[in-house]
Amino acid sequence: MADTTAPPPTGSGAATPADSAPAGSAPADSAPATGPDAPVAPPSRPVRDDVRPGPGARRRGARRHRWPVVVPFFAFLAVCFGLPAGTMVYGAFTVVDPASGTGRFSTENVSGSLSGAYATGLTGSVELSLMTALLATVIGTLIAQAVVSSPRPALRGIVVSAGGVLANFSGAPLAFAFIATLGTTGTVTQLFHLDRTGFSLYSFTGLVLAYLYFMVPLMVVTVLPALDGLRAQWQEAAASCGATRGQYWRHVGIPVLTPSLLGGAVLMFGTAFASHATAAVMVGSSQPLITIQIANALNGNVLVGQENLALAMSLNMVVIALLVMAVQIPLQRRSTRWLG
Amino acid sequence: MARMKFTSRGVVLPLAALYFLVPIGASIWFSVNEVEGVSFDAYTKGLGAEGLTTSLMLSVRLGLATIVCGLLLMVPTLVAVVLYLPRLRRIVEILCMMPLVVPPIALVAGVTTVLSWEQDLADTPLYMTFQLLRDEDFPLVLVLVYTVMSLPFLYRSLDAGLRAVDLRTLVEAARSLGASRLQTLWQIVVPNLRTAVVGGAVLSLAMVLGEYTVASVLSYRPFSVWMVEIKDSEAQLSVAAAMLSLLITWGLLLLLTTLAGGRSRRRANSVRENRKKTVS
Repeated sequence: MADTTAPPPTGSGAATPADSAPAGSAPADSAPATGPDAPVAPPSRPVRDDVRPGPGARRRGARRHRWPVVVPFFAFLAVCFGLPAGTMVYGAFTVVDPASGTGRFSTENVSGSLSGAYATGLTGSVELSLMTALLATVIGTLIAQAVVSSPRPALRGIVVSAGGVLANFSGAPLAFAFIATLGTTGTVTQLFHLDRTGFSLYSFTGLVLAYLYFMVPLMVVTVLPALDGLRAQWQEAAASCGATRGQYWRHVGIPVLTPSLLGGAVLMFGTAFASHATAAVMVGSSQPLITIQIANALNGNVLVGQENLALAMSLNMVVIALLVMAVQIPLQRRSTRWLG
Repeated sequence: MARMKFTSRGVVLPLAALYFLVPIGASIWFSVNEVEGVSFDAYTKGLGAEGLTTSLMLSVRLGLATIVCGLLLMVPTLVAVVLYLPRLRRIVEILCMMPLVVPPIALVAGVTTVLSWEQDLADTPLYMTFQLLRDEDFPLVLVLVYTVMSLPFLYRSLDAGLRAVDLRTLVEAARSLGASRLQTLWQIVVPNLRTAVVGGAVLSLAMVLGEYTVASVLSYRPFSVWMVEIKDSEAQLSVAAAMLSLLITWGLLLLLTTLAGGRSRRRANSVRENRKKTVS
């Protein structure tokens, strides 16, 4: 084992640039560089310090030299993410006195954001996200299973690329597509006189229908690799032990898939919960949703001086998203055991 | 459960096709349907409509700036983390996934508050920075927010790319042949990560082109905000614009799958061959 693995690294290392850069830029450029630079090369060469142990001072210098590379990343995140997020948490717990203009610590905003219309908005968002996440998980898995078990390989290619496009087709364009289809003057509404049946796109059901349009494809794309991991041998083994298809799914398939499915459901929940544009364009403020309420408060549509209330509502969203994401972490480890 | 086969293939796929195709077909019909028959006015005249080119160009410029900003930030960082600072890997991963926990609307709530400090800073040099950030013609603040929002895609795609190549050997080989650090990064590392770089870039571009929340709260006017603004006066044009944006997304992702498909198949083959060698 030792002598079979030892040669390949050098071999593959030399081969990879040549293979994967067919233009030949890597070998062509590095080959002449050895000529003129060869005498200068040795002193600065060792990429790993332990390859050629130099004096301690130089090694520490080299190590310090590497930190600046990652500094921009951390600085960027601190300013562009940390600052707004920190302001959000700080503002959520601060009440500005209109007379003196000074802020003081208070939980007024947070309690305000959890009562009255804002509580309805928060529960409305959570309900919508739960509903769509559940439906998207089930429908997405059924479609993905249909694709995996299909004898035609071309179908898979079509579904994967369509899924990629449709999963990105959200926000304002999606809202317009649905308004044009099922809105009051929409094509399908007029064709089938849906308005007489009492159906309205600008309702909870309408939102669910529209959200599923980008969530189901996302779920299909997410769950396909996990379904590929279900080996045909397991099904054959179950069948040869006398299990029916239903028993196979109940005792083997679903338990193995559970972590992936729950992970997908968490992703679906997060996507639906964070989504704002589709609902804002489609239903405006007629449906109580926390994202729309935050946008209204920020634009000063409701009352002036509600910025801190908007921050408190944002904080609530982050807390809920964190709680839901936390479910996923222990599950991920279990899924790699079987499907890794 | 013998129905399983029947339900999954015979019913599920046609129903799904119906659900996904009807809105697109209905929208196209909506945008061309006139009282006196079919007319493509929304597409032909619409393209010259006031604001379309400006807003679409703003979206494209924002998208490209976001890609440049994100890649400049992420590629050197991830390469350095893989090569020299493996202990930071977990931290960088968590930081890059943070934007998934903070929804865009919550992030922009924080950004609005930060931007409202402008008045308090009127006497300091920072005031100029704020003016620059909020420039009507090219709002840098949007680029910064979009870069934060694109970090999860960029991280996922670059991380997958970095796992697929033996970066350490490549860099050692390049360095021992006399390439400088920048040369190594630009001529060895980036070409080897091409698929990952393109993949992350295309996903960020698709995200920026369709983004509505942040831009509308900060009251700028890229493509999707323009689309919403005209919806009351010109419903057909806004639906036509929605179809156009679907077409753009489709084109972008088709480009990505073509690039990624060709490469990953080759890589999968070479991996399989390597494995065969090791086994034998």
